[in-house]
Amino acid sequence: MDCVVTGGNVKVLAKAIHSLSRIGDELYVEPQEDGLALRSVNSSRSAYACFLFAPLFFSRYTIPSGHTFRCKIAIKSVQAVFRSLATLEKTVEKCHIELDEQKNHLTFTLHCKHGLMKTHNLSFQDSESLQAVFDKDSYANVFRSHPRLLVDTVVHFPPSLEEVTVSVSDERMWVRNHVEEEADQSKAMLTELCLASDEFDHFAVQAHNSVTFCLKELRGLLVFAESTGLPISMYFDEPGSPIVLSVTDSVLEGNFVLATLSDDHNHRKNNTKRLVDKLKCTLPPPPPDDFMNDDIDAYLIAMDTSIAPGPSATCLSTPPVADSICSKQSAAANHRTRLHSEEEEEEEEEEYETADSGRPPNKKFCSLFFGSVLSPSSQMTTQPVTSQEVLASDSEDDVQ
Amino acid sequence: MKLRGRILDVACLNRFTRVVTTISKLTKVCVLRLTPDNLFFVLSGKVANGGIGMWCELSQANVFDEYQMEGVSSEDNEICLEVTPENLSRALKTVQSAKAVKVKLTKKHCPCLTIAAELPTMSSTSRVVTHDVPVDIVPRRLWHEFKEPSMPDFHVSVYLPPLKTMKNVVDRMKNLSNFLVMEANLIGEMNLKIETDLVSVTTHFKDLGNPPWGDDASQDGGPSHSREPEAMVQARVDIRKLQQFLMGQQVNPSKAMCNIVHERVVHLILLHEDVSLQYFIPAVA
Repeated sequence: MDCVVTGGNVKVLAKAIHSLSRIGDELYVEPQEDGLALRSVNSSRSAYACFLFAPLFFSRYTIPSGHTFRCKIAIKSVQAVFRSLATLEKTVEKCHIELDEQKNHLTFTLHCKHGLMKTHNLSFQDSESLQAVFDKDSYANVFRSHPRLLVDTVVHFPPSLEEVTVSVSDERMWVRNHVEEEADQSKAMLTELCLASDEFDHFAVQAHNSVTFCLKELRGLLVFAESTGLPISMYFDEPGSPIVLSVTDSVLEGNFVLATLSDDHNHRKNNTKRLVDKLKCTLPPPPPDDFMNDDIDAYLIAMDTSIAPGPSATCLSTPPVADSICSKQSAAANHRTRLHSEEEEEEEEEEYETADSGRPPNKKFCSLFFGSVLSPSSQMTTQPVTSQEVLASDSEDDVQ
Repeated sequence: MKLRGRILDVACLNRFTRVVTTISKLTKVCVLRLTPDNLFFVLSGKVANGGIGMWCELSQANVFDEYQMEGVSSEDNEICLEVTPENLSRALKTVQSAKAVKVKLTKKHCPCLTIAAELPTMSSTSRVVTHDVPVDIVPRRLWHEFKEPSMPDFHVSVYLPPLKTMKNVVDRMKNLSNFLVMEANLIGEMNLKIETDLVSVTTHFKDLGNPPWGDDASQDGGPSHSREPEAMVQARVDIRKLQQFLMGQQVNPSKAMCNIVHERVVHLILLHEDVSLQYFIPAVA
């Protein structure tokens, strides 16, 4: 593999790496025919990000012929190469990335001004393929906006905030912080922001859904998008199915896929640390035994979204796998749809209605599944959350 | 109990936010008292607070453009809430650019102080952000704990040196010792001293001036009537408490004073326009 990035694109590459570092500790590098893919996933497999740089992004792009090459590198090492963005901009003329297969090194050479060259030899580990299957084009709700809108929204929430809930109606989007059930309800500060559809470049709602996901991992994308000025597209479907945020331009595509809480009225299970569903990709039915073994070549999933079945479909088609992943709880999950209606008065009171509809149990944990190896314990689903609380409408009633 | 206020003036909002942020740096939890004319942030000087007492007073008219308050009853026409000032500060900081900020006492999942603001946007509709800050209602029987503290019978009162300078000095002294002695006299001199087995450090401030409290003041009163002007009155305090006070200051006060009751308490007073902040640090042996 041999690639050269020149000029301003070096900074773009650096920013992409920095934003991937907000997701996980390792950078998965895979040079493909259609470009260089840089991916990262978090330890609980609930957040995944991928940047694909097209061959045109590079001034030279050659990939290893014959075999497919994949590796993973500690992301901190790669960040160290691109440490100071300001310096990169001023002094680096080009960046040469070269693979030395004999020594298991990926060499990053920064050609700087005045003939200075900085060479970084980073060791890598062979890795399994890290790819998520998601079909964002099939999702019911699609939005696109300038990153400023999302950044301005996120600023209202404290940096330590874990989860936010996004709810939509035909004309509006509400973003509010999600308070965990066990946390002291009476002590938690609640913040809610309402965005109108005309603040977005594109606002298409087919289903009035609410999804809850982790905000922290998203901030990496926001920083990247804001600095590059690229509009952010947001795709989501029903709770449980992941939310996808992407940025695209002619030479790159970045996708951040975050798991969302699935609605479930059953008691939550033991582990209560992370409320978000894990992302999983299901496959055409593998023999159940292979699922648990350590064979890293076991699963390879095509990234081709046109043939990838939608998450729920695959889940249903693999009952043995689904059983081992899905919770053992038997009760059906109720699907809560939140409909918002407002009255146009200065007080801006909001009324909430909820509608229940039954859902087949299998659908609870239908989401994506990675082909990478996961130990059985990490497969255990996360705790489902009981009903999301409905905020009471404003009232100036006597508080006694 | 009812509270509804609107802040329309950007400068007022800004100032209020800075006051609340200062309070949030001084204490995690405090009591907010609302009367028809004023707002008070109070920390009662209980042992539980480390003996620290705080009293911050501002006039409601300099914050709100519209203000409607109905207290617990007509005789006790005030509202007393226990609040975490950091939440309030965070909520206010995010709405600095708002066209209007509404503050309401509401009952959501629990009693809350709701800060609602309309933010300017590029589109026709405004963006509305709502922050619900949970509060606890303080029952009437406890109100006596949050009354304005009486001025202590101080022995010396002196104007403070620039707070920034003081902070720099105290920050460095903190590395050497946990306790600091503050002493001052009637000719405008103040010393900050620390003493350990290995080292003692003193910083001297001169020509600070003594506030003219007048004949009513206890300065020069009592058994110390014949106190010599140069005699130093001192109090030994926990250095972290003094540092916390100095760190939190967001507003440059127009007047900053320190009253010392010999070996009992250090009483710090900051005045800025109509906002007054009093901070009591107990002396330790």
